[in-house]
Amino acid sequence: MTPAPRAPGALAAWLLAASAGLLALGVAVGSMGWEPLLDETGAGLTILWEIRLPRTLGAWIAGALLGLSGAVAQGLFRNPLADPYLLGSATGAALGVALLLVMLGAAPAITAAWLTSLGLTGAAFAGALAAVALTLALARGVQHTLRLLLAGVIVGMVFGALASLVIFLVPELLRSMQSFLLGTTGYLGWASAGVLAVVLAACGAAGLAASRALDALALGETTAASLGVPLARVRLALVAVIALATGAAVAHVGLVAFIGLMAPHLVRALTKPTHRWLLPLSALAGGLLLLGADVLARWLLAPRELPVGVVTAVLGGAYLLALMQRRSW
Amino acid sequence: MLQPAPAASADRRPATMHRIVREGGKGMRRRPLHAVLLAGLLLPLAMAVHAVEAIDDRGIRVELPRPPQRIVSLMPSLTETVCALGACERLVGVDDYSSWPPSVAALPHVGGLEDARVEAIVALQPDLVLVPLSSRALPRLQALHLPVLSLEPRTLRDVRRVLQVLGPVLQSGDPDTVWQDINREVQMAARTLPPRLRGMRVYVEVGSTPFAASEGSFIGELLMRLGAENIVPAALGPFPKLNPEFVVRADPQVIIVERTDAAGLRARPGWQGIEALRRNRVCALDPEQMNVLMRAGPRLGAAAHLLVDCLEGRLAAGGPGR
Repeated sequence: MTPAPRAPGALAAWLLAASAGLLALGVAVGSMGWEPLLDETGAGLTILWEIRLPRTLGAWIAGALLGLSGAVAQGLFRNPLADPYLLGSATGAALGVALLLVMLGAAPAITAAWLTSLGLTGAAFAGALAAVALTLALARGVQHTLRLLLAGVIVGMVFGALASLVIFLVPELLRSMQSFLLGTTGYLGWASAGVLAVVLAACGAAGLAASRALDALALGETTAASLGVPLARVRLALVAVIALATGAAVAHVGLVAFIGLMAPHLVRALTKPTHRWLLPLSALAGGLLLLGADVLARWLLAPRELPVGVVTAVLGGAYLLALMQRRSW
Repeated sequence: MLQPAPAASADRRPATMHRIVREGGKGMRRRPLHAVLLAGLLLPLAMAVHAVEAIDDRGIRVELPRPPQRIVSLMPSLTETVCALGACERLVGVDDYSSWPPSVAALPHVGGLEDARVEAIVALQPDLVLVPLSSRALPRLQALHLPVLSLEPRTLRDVRRVLQVLGPVLQSGDPDTVWQDINREVQMAARTLPPRLRGMRVYVEVGSTPFAASEGSFIGELLMRLGAENIVPAALGPFPKLNPEFVVRADPQVIIVERTDAAGLRARPGWQGIEALRRNRVCALDPEQMNVLMRAGPRLGAAAHLLVDCLEGRLAAGGPGR
């Protein structure tokens, strides 16, 4: 079915190398398409340093957060279809952002970029947490996969509709929210990249700490409990990780589809790792995917820019379709 | 475009011209004597009820048994055009965003571009519905056999064309006079711009994602006639979504933006180095000013004056606070 599984370490090295290559490409692709700007004077350097580098890094980190969140969700809910979208957390985060913008006015007049960034992350985290909690409450726990997915879809729909309602009631929000709904990486600065990096470090550490518990969970809850996994606490912590990672990513790049679902599948198609490797590998793959989509989004029509969410949805849809064909589920 | 209806081509101008200019006493124009005589001769004919017809933006010929008396307009610029032609009192309903002239605020509002309420429109029993091409209500209204004229002004030339289609249909006002008034205002605005400000690099943001008004939009056309330089070329389409880096590299000297977005400009990565922001040359427009600028209708003369105010820094309010 798949080619011979590679060693996870080799795959990690390969993903890192590809990310580094894309990082260089991301710095070299600007508003006019390919233009490395190496020869230029101060102005060129400013653009590289102030715009392209933070944007490129920020896109990668946001993708890594989505990939990590997807891998954690799939492991925690023992469901290959669990992803930040299906659990409603992404739309919950969007609703949180919309409500915050209503309170602050359509364009927050806060001069400190990192404060805006932190505020948006907080609101998105709260929204995502509320959505996941509601999903879990509706599904009465995670035991029934079908009920969980249905509840996730319902919560996603309702929270999405509420976000639309907020936009309808406050039309000035429409243009600011449009970027969230389509996904955008255009305004990622150093402040955003910094906040995202801190969140990635925290979520990555928490995920790795819980990786053995996730492995045990793969064998079923009773087995996991008999292996001494404190199920309740681990679950709570991992739901928080999912909500935080998704919330931070959505707050900064908007509703970018498919990365969280696609990254873990991509990794599992290439190797058969335990969660200790799956989580970091999924993060690497997610970063690679979103950065690749971002570079494409600014390159294809430069200096016009495609919404990055459109690119990931097209690429992700095509990939999952191919996967379906190959596996004949 | 326009098919003059038989025997209805008489010059039936209203006694008082609708004022679109901002200055008080400049709207009156002397009419050539022969036109007055002709109007006098044909007046009895023109007063009679005649069928009117026009070809709209879909290329469809629309025939009406008589000049419309109950008009619903679903686009602010069309509402303003109807009023500029002196037929404001024949409007019975407008879309949610029509706000000028102030008298239309009292009319029933029947929804927006995406959510026009078909039932409310039908209930108004209009004998003409003016619908933008992009309205989702268009096919539905058509299917209900309402008389629909679909017009969507996107460029300066479109503004003139819409006037020339609507004038004969309404049998009211003189489209050429309205157009000349717009033109004169734009020229006057261009003359008031100090020569040192000609060729200024301008960036007009119409959406924070960011969407810009390029040289190809009517705002760009106005700027060009004022002698300013738009940083966004027409080749990108009228209102392209840009890579923000493009704006930083073009380094505009003036940024024109809606007031709610003005405060956030400095927080965008790399933007604080833009000349317009370093020199505080951000023109922050309030919603009413934005309406004047964003509607391709009879108030484009006022829009030109607004742009001159922007270029001269009279509306600069781009400080960090609000």
